[in-house]
Amino acid sequence: MSRPPVRAVARRLGAGLVVLWVAATAAYLALLAAPGDTVDNIVGDGADTPQIRAEIIAEWGLNRPVLVQYVDYLSRLGGGDLGRSYLLQRPVTEVIGEQLAPTLALAAAAAGLGVLLALLIAVSTAGDRRPWLRRASSGTELLLVSTPSFLIGLVLLSVLSFRFGLFPVAGDQGVTALVLPAVTLALPIAGVLAQVLRDGIDRALDEPFVLTARSRGVRERTVLLRHALRHALLPAVTLAGWLFGILLGGTVIVEQVFGRPGLGQVTLTAVTSRDMPVVLAVVTLSAAVYVVVNTAADLAYLLVDPRLRRS
Amino acid sequence: MTVTLGPPLTDAPALILADQAPPAVRRRPRLRPGLLAAGAYLVLLVVAAAWPAALAPGDPLAADPLAVLTPPDAAHWLGTDHLGRDVWTRVVHGAAHSLTIGVAATAIAVTGGVLLGLLAGLAHRVADEALSRTLDALSAFPMLLLALLFIAIAGPGTVSLIVAIGIATLPHHARVVRGQTLVVRRSGYVEQAVTFGQSRPRLVLRHVLPNVVGPVPVLAVIGLGEAVLAAAGLSFLGMGPQPPSPEWGAMLSEGRNYLQVAWWISILPGLAVTATVVSLTVVGRHWQARFDGRRH
Amino acid sequence: MAPLVTVEDLHVDFDTPTGRVAAVRGISFTVERGECVAVVGESGSGKSVTARTLVGLAGPGARVRAARLELADQDVRGHRPRDWRRVRGRLAGLVLQDALVSLDPLRTVGAEIGEVLTTHGIVGRRERAGRVGHLLDQVHLPEPERRARQYPHQLSGGLRQRALIASAIAGEPALLIADEPTTALDVTVQAQILRLLAERRAAGVSLLLISHDLAVVAQIADRVLVLRDGRIVEHGPTDTLLRAPTHPYTRQLLAAVPSATSRGRRLGVSESGEARAALPARPEVRADDTVLDAAGLTKTYGDHTVVRDVSFTIARGETLGLVGESGSGKSTVARIVAGLLDADAGAVTFEGVRWAGVPERTRRPLRRRLQLISQDPLSSFDPRYTVGRVVAENLGGDVSRSERRDRVVDLLRRVGLGADLFDRHPRHLSGGQRQRVAIARAIAPRPTLLVCDEPVSALDVSVQAQVLDLLADLRATDGTALLFISHDLGVVHHLSDRVLVMHDGAVVEQGPVGDVFSYPRHDYTRSLLDALPTLVTAGRP
Repeated sequence: MSRPPVRAVARRLGAGLVVLWVAATAAYLALLAAPGDTVDNIVGDGADTPQIRAEIIAEWGLNRPVLVQYVDYLSRLGGGDLGRSYLLQRPVTEVIGEQLAPTLALAAAAAGLGVLLALLIAVSTAGDRRPWLRRASSGTELLLVSTPSFLIGLVLLSVLSFRFGLFPVAGDQGVTALVLPAVTLALPIAGVLAQVLRDGIDRALDEPFVLTARSRGVRERTVLLRHALRHALLPAVTLAGWLFGILLGGTVIVEQVFGRPGLGQVTLTAVTSRDMPVVLAVVTLSAAVYVVVNTAADLAYLLVDPRLRRS
Repeated sequence: MTVTLGPPLTDAPALILADQAPPAVRRRPRLRPGLLAAGAYLVLLVVAAAWPAALAPGDPLAADPLAVLTPPDAAHWLGTDHLGRDVWTRVVHGAAHSLTIGVAATAIAVTGGVLLGLLAGLAHRVADEALSRTLDALSAFPMLLLALLFIAIAGPGTVSLIVAIGIATLPHHARVVRGQTLVVRRSGYVEQAVTFGQSRPRLVLRHVLPNVVGPVPVLAVIGLGEAVLAAAGLSFLGMGPQPPSPEWGAMLSEGRNYLQVAWWISILPGLAVTATVVSLTVVGRHWQARFDGRRH
Repeated sequence: MAPLVTVEDLHVDFDTPTGRVAAVRGISFTVERGECVAVVGESGSGKSVTARTLVGLAGPGARVRAARLELADQDVRGHRPRDWRRVRGRLAGLVLQDALVSLDPLRTVGAEIGEVLTTHGIVGRRERAGRVGHLLDQVHLPEPERRARQYPHQLSGGLRQRALIASAIAGEPALLIADEPTTALDVTVQAQILRLLAERRAAGVSLLLISHDLAVVAQIADRVLVLRDGRIVEHGPTDTLLRAPTHPYTRQLLAAVPSATSRGRRLGVSESGEARAALPARPEVRADDTVLDAAGLTKTYGDHTVVRDVSFTIARGETLGLVGESGSGKSTVARIVAGLLDADAGAVTFEGVRWAGVPERTRRPLRRRLQLISQDPLSSFDPRYTVGRVVAENLGGDVSRSERRDRVVDLLRRVGLGADLFDRHPRHLSGGQRQRVAIARAIAPRPTLLVCDEPVSALDVSVQAQVLDLLADLRATDGTALLFISHDLGVVHHLSDRVLVMHDGAVVEQGPVGDVFSYPRHDYTRSLLDALPTLVTAGRP
């Protein structure tokens, strides 16, 4: 292998950092733009006296200039401090940390399942070997992509849980409780990814290097897996960031459908009760993870495609 | 060269034949049942949104305590819900909500996206860099969370749902338009037009704008499907039109508790969403394919 | 012994959405062991389909029929996929054009060659690397061990093509099918690859060479088949066929090849059906009246200087040829002259006015007097425009709407196109028609200088002939000066008054065409001319 493309890696990391900073700033601006007084939000339904208000202002440092507050916010963010929840009066990191595990489990299971399904579908329907299978699968994919995930969840629930009693209706006890939510979340992902992968494989199959490979006497399966699929993975890798966004948004809905605890429930509660630090933390955090995922995908791109390694 | 000049060629037109024009692809007269069905459904949808009484003369809010949770039958095509309201009537009347939210949100996203995208694509490098990075940053927020953030600030309701979805999908459109602007700007035909002595504003007006804006309606149709889907999701979470509005996502949310005894309350409005998005995608893709065919 | 390849009455049809299309309509030929047979034809002649049919890869939707189709005494007509797999790579190897896309860009050269070895179980895993090195050595790739670990994009065009050939001969096939193996290559590299192919044949391998270029084929083929519209119009030993072609089409093809001897003569068939008719006289070159003066042009990207101190002048009515291989910087010069790119140093004066390094505003009034014709006309047309609009765009602002149509039709007529094309869309035209539309647009403002950047490189030889004739006609009537850029020495020789030879961004030699090409002073020019495949000629040494 040629020498590591330091400059290419550094440039991508730098771009990621910039995006992160802009995202954090955007989140802060959103907080400033929020109507109503911050103090009101913190007070909520609690006792409201001038003295309490003064204490809150002092405690949260709300009397300082906006710019100072912004810099303070950034530096605390950089140190991993996401602020305190208005509602729960606890550090946001704690609130989120407690609920992270079930959401991560769900997201990981769904992502794994979705990618696996997509690979299987794409490889078995690419090319022009089985046109009927191909039509059937692209129709199904369209249906999956166009169906709201809560509908998928509800259909699965009413058939598999209510009718046949195969899976628990709600909760997060054990692996069986994870199956339906993960499938619900994985199906639309598989739909989109399968389309992208199949398109990529089809395009690669039309390339001259595939003709060369075939002219060597290589099996069709080998042509597909060794040559075409690798080329199809390239555009799919760029979808990693999108996939992550779907997962995060999807968990909010799926947790609601299946009554699972997790980050989604935390977010919804925070949105309805206007607990801005928590909402902002979730949003900023997801942007951060998005940037990390996307940067990783970019670097993976470098790994898969030697042509980009020239720095 | 020793190639002897023979007698006059008898076969002269041969050389013209070698330079063949690409065969004109005949419009296939093939019937496309899928496209037809999608189009028909969309027409029905527009009728339902504009004049719901034509399809369902009843009152979507009228509760009938005597006919609670009736399964689909002759009187109630799609059954009734837990308050005895007719599901068909509510689904039909819900079309206006979904379409309004979808169209308005898409209008915001596409208009803003086209303006920002053009600005970035036509701007000087520094300005483009700043705009593009901002768009990148906005794209870093998962769409649904960005919409939720907006709703947390503005409060739930139809208007904030529209703006939330509009803002959340705007960066995507802006990036597509910016990319397209750059492609056109660097294209051979724009460069060629420079050699005709055309001024920059003229180049932009004559070549860049039409070629960038041309595909935008196609984008909008496909984007509309996504907006409808997002609106249903957010309404399901209780962030959109509040009960008793017959919004599809909200209806699903209400019907969830009765899923075990009355699946029709939640599944049927859900299917209306699916059919809408599928139809929009089918029509949008067909349009796009024809558009691409015209350009290449 | 029976021939290695026997093809009798081969038909290949394709099922397309618009109906069945016949690509090959009943051709018969044989290839003896150790023989090199060339199949020559223009695009659409069915030559590639014929070649690929021999390895069962005619393409999706292909229907193959033949009275006989035999490869090494095997009847391959009823072959199933697994039977074909034993043929491919082992009995017949395939070499395609441009290894940059014909080798998997995500895999190393070594892995690609090794694939043949493992597929056919030729050597064990342990000996594989050694065998790959040996194969690369056989195709004269320096440092085979290091090259095997590199990716196609890291190799030069010539080295890549060698690697591709190594992968085709790895299974030691008796037949090597080479489909346009040198088409994307520079002329010096082309000569090396042809030598390499000749070497394989000397080693006992049969060659089926597919090409559009008679001159290339003439270098190594024993016999030539000329294909047109899926039929063989003429075949015979190379020498006889080139010296005394009997079929009119072959004669047209040969007459269409531009070269030194074609100067002043038509390449295409004239209206009276006469080949090599005289062209109208060249415009008078007024050497004292300079249209364009370029001095000391230099352009650098990063630490790579693509154009280095290039100076030349073009007189009114003169055609200056600019030849060079890919990467020589000739297109960059074209863009600088066309005012589309600013040079880092140097000056351009056009019509006595400073042209380079001035604001676009000052350049704009002069723009229409210098027009550009590029290699790919389609991409230079706004995709929304019809032919009429494309041409009308360059008429200038003072033409009334009613006058416009007449003017455009008139221009179309001048480039040999009918008024019926006015409302057609360029993408529905042929390559030759498109280039004519581009020319009509370029001559609309009656420019004093036409910059032509590889204007005929993408065209078949007979279409190229027509376009070159057209340019010569227009030059004669309008007295337009030409900066004619091409990689093809024959084309430049045919058309130019003076020539500039570029190499690595610098001009190595310039002078009157006859002098430079007959008595080259620079080594590089000499190597270019030596590498140039020429048709068998009696009048030339």
